[in-house]
Amino acid sequence: MASADRQLHQLDRQLIWDGFKQLAPISIFVVAFGAAFGLAATQAGLSDPMIMAMSTLVFAGASQFAALDLWGPQVPLFTLLITVFAINARHLLMGATLYPWLSQLPPAKRYGVMLIASDANWAMSMQAFTRGQPGLGLLFGGGLALWSFWIFGTWLGASFGNLVSDPKSFGLDMVMGCFLLAMVVGGEKNLRMLVIWSVAAGCSLLAYWYLPENSHVVVGALAGGLVGTFWVRQA
Amino acid sequence: MSVETGGMGALLVILAMALVTLATRWGGVYVMSFVPIGYRVKQFIHAVSGSVLVALLAPLAVEGDNAARLALLTTAIMMLLVKKPLPAIAAGILAAALFRQFAA
Repeated sequence: MASADRQLHQLDRQLIWDGFKQLAPISIFVVAFGAAFGLAATQAGLSDPMIMAMSTLVFAGASQFAALDLWGPQVPLFTLLITVFAINARHLLMGATLYPWLSQLPPAKRYGVMLIASDANWAMSMQAFTRGQPGLGLLFGGGLALWSFWIFGTWLGASFGNLVSDPKSFGLDMVMGCFLLAMVVGGEKNLRMLVIWSVAAGCSLLAYWYLPENSHVVVGALAGGLVGTFWVRQA
Repeated sequence: MSVETGGMGALLVILAMALVTLATRWGGVYVMSFVPIGYRVKQFIHAVSGSVLVALLAPLAVEGDNAARLALLTTAIMMLLVKKPLPAIAAGILAAALFRQFAA
């Protein structure tokens, strides 16, 4: 395992380019998503440079849409930052799950790669590690694809908004959901994982209904993680 | 605390959002550097990585509209049948689009 781990953390130009290409098809859908954000942000009263700054620097779609709900001539900063933190708290778990491989990189690279970690490239990367393939190229190269297409889409939406005025009617709101579900279904399937997923789904729903807003992902993920810690896989 | 979004205010709000998000991207990695990666921690990591996705999807499937449910169902079935993500995702999106065009 130790010797295998040493190769799985590989990260070179070729792996990054491969990762970029693997995430490029899904990134095309991300353009439509970004365009929807650009349009919504214009309607919420943000100027074009501010919209571009947000997509470039924040690069976390769900939290950016949530920010628009709170946007106005005055913004409740504390509420906004709590909301952004709650929605993006799943990144904490993503970083933690990547740690066994990231830890083998020097700190500058380790944290540099995490700059553009998001749902899709993280999921692809973890799946590669589970199959015993190098995953950090998918994380970083795939992240570059998602990030650049997200920024490009935002620019399209802010500049020519009515191109995709109703992304829902084309099913585009389901892109990430379908992608992440495909990752789940394509992963390891056995009784242990089924129980873990059921607990995660159940706790997520309970949190969604009864706990503060946006807490459900972290609550569900930790609950599933705890089951996995006590019911360990046969080696 | 409210911040005016005129002038530089908007940029300050966006920078604050970026910092909070960056803290979530770096925080998990940083905290793990203090945790020895033993067998149980590996099991936890493996279980969490699937659970994050399931926990994201559960409310979407239960509280979403019928088009969302049909999209997810289609993706799951296609993924089990063809075992390739892109056709499965495309089929799911197409299912939602068709449902919203013709059935909703």
